[in-house]
Amino acid sequence: MNYLLDHPARVASLAAEHVELVAAALALAFAIALPIGLYAARRPHVAGWLLGVLGALYTIPSLALLAVLVRLLGLGMAPIFVALVAYAQFMLARNVVTGINGVDAAQVDAARGAGMSGNQILTRIELPQALPVIVGGIRIAAIASIAIATLGGYVGSGGLGVLIFNGLTLHQPSMIVAGSVSASILAVITDGALRLVERRARLGTS
Amino acid sequence: MTAGAALRFAGAAVRYSGSDQPAIEDVSFEVAPGELIVLLGPSGCGKSTLLRTVNRLVALTSGSIEVDGRDIATMDPVDLRRGIGYAIQAVGLFTHMSVAQNIAVVPSLLGWSRERIEQRVDELLALVHLDPQRYRDRRPRQLSGGEAQRVGVARAIAARPRVLLMDEPFGAVDALVRASLQRELARIVTELGTTTLFVTHDFDEALRLADRIVVMRSGRVEQAATPDELLEAPATPYVRELVHAGDAVYRTYYAHVRAQLRGSP
Repeated sequence: MNYLLDHPARVASLAAEHVELVAAALALAFAIALPIGLYAARRPHVAGWLLGVLGALYTIPSLALLAVLVRLLGLGMAPIFVALVAYAQFMLARNVVTGINGVDAAQVDAARGAGMSGNQILTRIELPQALPVIVGGIRIAAIASIAIATLGGYVGSGGLGVLIFNGLTLHQPSMIVAGSVSASILAVITDGALRLVERRARLGTS
Repeated sequence: MTAGAALRFAGAAVRYSGSDQPAIEDVSFEVAPGELIVLLGPSGCGKSTLLRTVNRLVALTSGSIEVDGRDIATMDPVDLRRGIGYAIQAVGLFTHMSVAQNIAVVPSLLGWSRERIEQRVDELLALVHLDPQRYRDRRPRQLSGGEAQRVGVARAIAARPRVLLMDEPFGAVDALVRASLQRELARIVTELGTTTLFVTHDFDEALRLADRIVVMRSGRVEQAATPDELLEAPATPYVRELVHAGDAVYRTYYAHVRAQLRGSP
């Protein structure tokens, strides 16, 4: 723990980088997964193969994927960013599909019968009803992304992974501990915060 | 005061692809403004399908339906639905909204002002015998089954529709609550003059509510007649069985129900 206590500013700035990387990747990933998920939710056969493909992508070991991406995109922020966006797709899109398909059919029927247009049903009924499940997907994706983003330390994208990989290279166990403990704390805080959001969303729909 | 619309079914048929049996076939009858028509029949007879063709939740394969002389196929389905009340057995209250917001759905879609909507919501809650002060801000989960059904009815009639479609709206409540909901519905639609189609499989309910009963079986109309006509002159063996034509006890009971209903308008 010495490193963490001796260099709090350094750890904090790497943690901030880590959060920025994960948040930006999640935002882009969600912007892609939401329309894909909405499209697939209405088409069961599309949902089947889409989640199959994304699931297969998800099973590729992250280090292997990163190695391929480094060859394609070079070192720096790009490969880890792409890897994060790709991994998050599965969890985000799956929960959008599950959330939308889980909306009470009677409510959708009543909304159509009331004369809501397709877009109105989506924005006023389906998305609010599916929100807890969608937030659940964001929470899981965020935790996984915080872990995967530590690999960025190996390819030069900054973040808490820098401490872990430098510690390995320099034989400095306290640096490794500082990096991994900080990443874990980040994951626990994120999990707790998004659980709160999820619970509020759930209360709002029941 | 909103007058109800006239309806005309002409050779209405629905065939689902992949099914050789039509869901409904050759349905023709007319409904006068303000009439309460009960569509009666066993499950799977096509009565719900027929109901859902009126607001185009189900598309006709052939034939036509006219509302006040206008073919609904020529109308925008979303506009059509905003002018038609719709209540279903599962109620389908929006659980992320308050009772007031649920009732206000169609008025909001129609762009009513906030004051007008608030006033209308309180008026409707009173109409279905729920105290506006107590119920306005409740969530659907805080309602009993009977209360939810009442809110469902209030939501369906909120924007003063000229046609009201009800698919077993009181199916999920116990007999006592159901009887009181039936009385209230009969009172409300009579007062408003709304043309109403009411689906049920319960002959007793049909008898209590209907101006006329349309008996359906296997997608076809067996008989369309007033309850009295149905009891006195069942047109087919199925209708005879339905009204227990050969059973003196039922005949006496039904005659008694009808006499009572006539006695208390």
